[in-house]
Amino acid sequence: MLAALTAFAITSAARLLTGARALWLGCTAQPVQRLYYANHSSHGDFVLLWASLPPELRRSTRPVAGADYWQRDGLRRYLIHQVFNGVLIDRERGSAHSNPLQPMLDALDNGDSLILFPEGTRNLEEGLLPFKSGLFHLARARPQVELIPVWIANLSRVMPKGRALPLPLLCTLSFGAPLQPLETESKEAFLERARNALLAMAPEEA
Amino acid sequence: MDHNTLLLFAAIGALLLLASAIGWLLKRRSGVTPNPVIDNLNARINAWWVMVLVIGAAFVFGDIGVILLFYCVSFYALREFMTLTPTRRSDYPALVAAFYFALPMQYLLIAVDWYGLFTIFIPVYLFLLLPILASLGGDTTRFLERASKVQWGLMIAVYCISAVPALLTLDIPGYAGRNLLLIAWLIMVVQLSDVLQYVCGKLFGKHQIAPRLSPSKTVEGFVGGIALASLAGALLYWITPFNFWQAALMALTVNLLGFAGGLVMSAIKRDRGVKDWGHMIEGHGGMLDRLDSVCFAAPIFFHFVRYWWVPPLV
Repeated sequence: MLAALTAFAITSAARLLTGARALWLGCTAQPVQRLYYANHSSHGDFVLLWASLPPELRRSTRPVAGADYWQRDGLRRYLIHQVFNGVLIDRERGSAHSNPLQPMLDALDNGDSLILFPEGTRNLEEGLLPFKSGLFHLARARPQVELIPVWIANLSRVMPKGRALPLPLLCTLSFGAPLQPLETESKEAFLERARNALLAMAPEEA
Repeated sequence: MDHNTLLLFAAIGALLLLASAIGWLLKRRSGVTPNPVIDNLNARINAWWVMVLVIGAAFVFGDIGVILLFYCVSFYALREFMTLTPTRRSDYPALVAAFYFALPMQYLLIAVDWYGLFTIFIPVYLFLLLPILASLGGDTTRFLERASKVQWGLMIAVYCISAVPALLTLDIPGYAGRNLLLIAWLIMVVQLSDVLQYVCGKLFGKHQIAPRLSPSKTVEGFVGGIALASLAGALLYWITPFNFWQAALMALTVNLLGFAGGLVMSAIKRDRGVKDWGHMIEGHGGMLDRLDSVCFAAPIFFHFVRYWWVPPLV
C-alpha cells in the first residue's frame, strides 16, 4: 500500500516536472514482453521511462539497476525493491563464477519486461557511449523478447549531474521499432546496430 | 463578479455554443471520412471552452486569481521556450535563476503593486545577473548566444505576459474596481483577432502574406480578421475606460502587434525546426502558440493605457 502510494507520488512528480511525453513511433504500448534499452544521462532516466509507460505495462516492467548504488542505504533499498521492483545487478562482478546476467534472465523467464541502459554508466556528453555486451547476451539467450530502443531527450538538462534542484524543462521519450532479431551476427556488429537504432531515435540537434 | 463581467462571460459562452454547433454541423456534413481541418477546428473550439472556464474561475477569485493564473501561464510559456532553446550544462545557474527567482519575483512585485521595480526588474537587473551567473561557469562556447536566449525567454514568457495582470495595478479615474474588465477586453480582442484571421483565411484566403514564416497566414485573413476584431473591440468600449473611437484605435493597435507577434514567434519556431511550441492545448499546440500575439500586444497596451489614462502623481 505504502509502496504503491510512493510509486504513484514519484511517477506523478516526474510527469509534472518534465511533461514526460511518450512518442510511440516504431511500436505501440502493448503488453508484449520487451526489453526497453535507453540512453543514460541521469539518475532520473528509469523513473521517467517507467512513469511514461501506461500503468498496466508499468506493473510488469522492471528497471535494471546497479546493486552498488541501490544497496547503499535503507531508503534506496526500499525504493528499488518495494517501489520500483527493480532487478539489481552486480556491476563490479564480485565472484568470477556467477553469471552477472542471471537476475535479468530470471526476470525475463518470469514474464517481466526490463528497462536497461546498455551504456552501463551515465553519459554526460552528447550521443552514446559504446554499449556493454549484456544486451547481446540477453538477446541471444531470450530471442523471443522484443528489443525496443527508447531515446530519452532533455532529461540531462532537467537534472544535470551534481545539481540538487531539477529544472522544469519538457522531456520526450521516443519509442522506436523493435530491433530485428540477430541471426549469425557477431557481438560487435549487433551492438553497433542496436546503438545506431537508438541514436536514430534522437531528435536532431540544431 | 459585477454585472458587466457576467454579461461578458454569458456572451462568450453564447459565442462558443454557436461555434460548437457549427463545428458539430460541419462534422456531421463531412460524414464518416475524417477531415483534419474540421477535426482540428473542433479540437480548437473544445480547448476554447476549457480556456474560458479557467479564465472565468480565475476571475471569480479576483485580482489574486488572475495574478496566479498568469504566473502559471508564464511558467508553462517559459518552460516551452527553454525546452526548445539549446543551452549548455554551464547555463544551469542562469536557468535556475530564471525559473525559481525571476518568475516568482516578477509576479510578487505585481501583486504588491511596485511599478517602479516590476517594469525594470527583468530588463535591467536580470539582464545583468544572468550573464554574470553564466560567466561563473567558465564556459565561453557560444556565450553571447546562450546569454541572449535565456534573457529573451524571460522577456517574452515572463515580462511580456506579466503585463496582462499588471493592468490591475493601474489607477484609472472613474474606473476603480473594474480593471479585471480591461484584462478581459484585451484578451478577448487579441484572441478574437487570431480566431477571425484563421476563419477569414480559411474562407477567403488566397494570397500568402509571409510564406516563409507562416504559410497559413494570408492577406485576406489579415485584413478581415483585424478589421472585424477591431470593430468588436470598439463595440465593447462600454466595458473599458475608452470611448468608441479610442477603443477602436486601441483594438487596432493590439491586433497589429498581435499579428506581428505571431510572425516573430513563428520565425523562432521555423529556426528551431518545429511547428508548435508545445502540446498542452489540443488543436492549438503549446501555451506560447496560443499566447504569441498577447506577448506582443500586452506590454504596449499596458504602457499606452498608463500614459494616456492614468494621471501622473503630483
